[in-house]
Amino acid sequence: MIKKIYIYRAFERFWHWMQAFLIFLLAATGFEVHGSIKFFGYQNAVTYHQIAAYAFIVLIAFAIFWHLTSGQWKQYIPTRGNLRAQINYYLFGIFKHAPHPTKKTVLSKLNPLQKLVYLGLKILVIPVMVISGLLYMYYRYPQQNRIESLNIESLAPIAYIHTAGAFLLIAFIAAHVYLITTGSKVTSNLKAMITGYEDLDDGEKNEEKDIKDAILLKK
Amino acid sequence: MRKIFFLITLIAVIVMSILAIILPKHSDNESLKELKEKLAAKDSIPADHTKFEVLQKKFNAPSDVTETCLSCHTERGKEVMRSSHWNWERQEYIKGKGIVSIGKKNAINNFCIGVEGNEQSCAKCHIGFGMTDSMFSYTDQKNIDCMVCHDNTETYVKGNERSGYPDAELDLQKIATGIGKPKRSNCGVCHFFGGGGNNVKHGDLEKSMFEPTKEVDVHMASEGPDMQCIDCHVTKEHQMLGRVYSLSSMNKNRSECEQCHTENPHKEDILNEHTLKVACQTCHIPIYAKVNSTKMEWDWSTAGQLRDGIPFEEEDSLGNHSYLSIKGSFKWERNLKPDYIWFNGTADHYLLGDRIEDTSGVLLLNKLNGSYIDKSSKIIPVKIHKAKQPFDPVTGMLLQPKLFGKKTGEGAFWKDFDWARASEVGMKEVGLPFSGRVSFIRTEMFWPVNHMVSKKEESLKCTDCHTSSNSRLAGVPGFYMPARDRSSIIDYSGMAIILLTIFGVMVHLSVRIYSSLKRKIK
Repeated sequence: MIKKIYIYRAFERFWHWMQAFLIFLLAATGFEVHGSIKFFGYQNAVTYHQIAAYAFIVLIAFAIFWHLTSGQWKQYIPTRGNLRAQINYYLFGIFKHAPHPTKKTVLSKLNPLQKLVYLGLKILVIPVMVISGLLYMYYRYPQQNRIESLNIESLAPIAYIHTAGAFLLIAFIAAHVYLITTGSKVTSNLKAMITGYEDLDDGEKNEEKDIKDAILLKK
Repeated sequence: MRKIFFLITLIAVIVMSILAIILPKHSDNESLKELKEKLAAKDSIPADHTKFEVLQKKFNAPSDVTETCLSCHTERGKEVMRSSHWNWERQEYIKGKGIVSIGKKNAINNFCIGVEGNEQSCAKCHIGFGMTDSMFSYTDQKNIDCMVCHDNTETYVKGNERSGYPDAELDLQKIATGIGKPKRSNCGVCHFFGGGGNNVKHGDLEKSMFEPTKEVDVHMASEGPDMQCIDCHVTKEHQMLGRVYSLSSMNKNRSECEQCHTENPHKEDILNEHTLKVACQTCHIPIYAKVNSTKMEWDWSTAGQLRDGIPFEEEDSLGNHSYLSIKGSFKWERNLKPDYIWFNGTADHYLLGDRIEDTSGVLLLNKLNGSYIDKSSKIIPVKIHKAKQPFDPVTGMLLQPKLFGKKTGEGAFWKDFDWARASEVGMKEVGLPFSGRVSFIRTEMFWPVNHMVSKKEESLKCTDCHTSSNSRLAGVPGFYMPARDRSSIIDYSGMAIILLTIFGVMVHLSVRIYSSLKRKIK
């Protein structure tokens, strides 16, 4: 039975869209600093990039707090089950209009592929970008009368890592923006992330599963 | 309710952190205003020398004026005798050479090469009288020329080839009673004409700066702050701050912008951070030789050509000498972008008698030391003067030829046009061996560009350096600079990953549309 279900909470949606905005801003300003595009003006690009970076860090701090206190972090625990089915769905099933192999529920919003990719972003790409970004910003040129250990002899490796991460994030966004059109309807995922509500199959079987999940989460 | 509260808190924190970052810590306009006020405050008026009895007489010789000055200013002569303007040399430490006495006496440049043997002519810019040869007495206070620096009547002129004596028909009494603190005109008569003509040597010091416009120099502009040389080159007991690295080796007594402007003069932190590694001049002197051309190349090897046995000269389109029989061929340029190098304030020098290790390459006469990794180094703007000048291929030494002479037959190149003979006489005078053979070697000199500071609106913009095409700092090595530098592997593979992703999306989308259309038709 299809029901309108409140799946994304206010903070979650705010976090998602804020993150999206900041990543777009960071990408645009970042690639201007990198010399690839011209848009804001170089000095503005640097300033906006820094502001966006700080805002992003604040957002991350809140997001971590929210994930921990709400237990939502468990959404990202990777599962092997259904992973192959999910890949097969995107490669073949989707063209035959086959059903989604993973049922989306409040307690399990992410399919196995999403779990894996988002977890990778959260524990690998984003931390690497934040750390290399902070080093980039607070990097100390070899200088006199300052703390020797804060001197970094070359910005190059930091910049290379930060740039590489930026390319990966853009590639992710390209894929992500496309994949949101693969919901039950083309706009259903987008609508859900805006309003918080999505029409989901709320079958009895799922209720059972939900209870099981709830027990799992409590543990 | 809780949700709203939560959101408000979140937004507040984000807004606060943004404000904390972007709000200015201090205002630069405030400090600039203070500086202008300080500068506008007039010095006390000097004593009226026209009323002094000792000066109410006719002076027969310029040294009489000096004696009269010293009769009241009793200790000033000793101070002058300790100055580089008087001694033309000082003790400097050069890494690898130790403590050496260095100055115009033993340093070689790639303009008129050197002073030794040419004193009569060069003495026009010595603050003394009677420098006829290297036996000049540096201990006789009577020989000090007070007037060349302190004349405020703008009538005092040293004569050409008069060994430092002024023109004969000057009104010395008028000058002696019209003295004061040195002005731009006093310093400029020598420092604007170094190398034998206007703006030959420095490029950033030339006659337009007697009364410069704001476009030429914001500080010295007559219609602006009207600053004099000694406002920055602060002088105490006749010792002046500031040094020129054609002759200096040590990082001390430098005259710096920070004296007034501090190390953090900008409103934006990001600009202040730059001052760690970038000298003020680098951004604030985007162009030098703004009015008249400066000499960029000097080829001595073509000197000595004569037409019908007579020396001749040729000019370029701007009226600068492009060829002189006595000096060779030149290249001049104006409105120049400086070159940029790392510099830590120390220099190495080629000194008379040094053996050149590699005579096939370019010899740097005053190598300016510095590198990115060197903590005291900054990027500075320089003029690089290139030359071909005579050296002895057997001894491997640069030659100090005798150039100036009053008569033919004394060996002076400017009269006899004979390199071997001029070198023989010149090298003998400095007590160095000469094999009899003269070759020419390529040399370079670095002239830090410190003057002709532009209006702040005209200072370099970020993308003058932070760009991959024609960066001002394209040739400055040793560090990663955003936008100038990149890893092409990362950039290309990054682009490839993005393009592949987009390509994959397009293919997937096409198949999706195709299959759904097919389904609909069925």
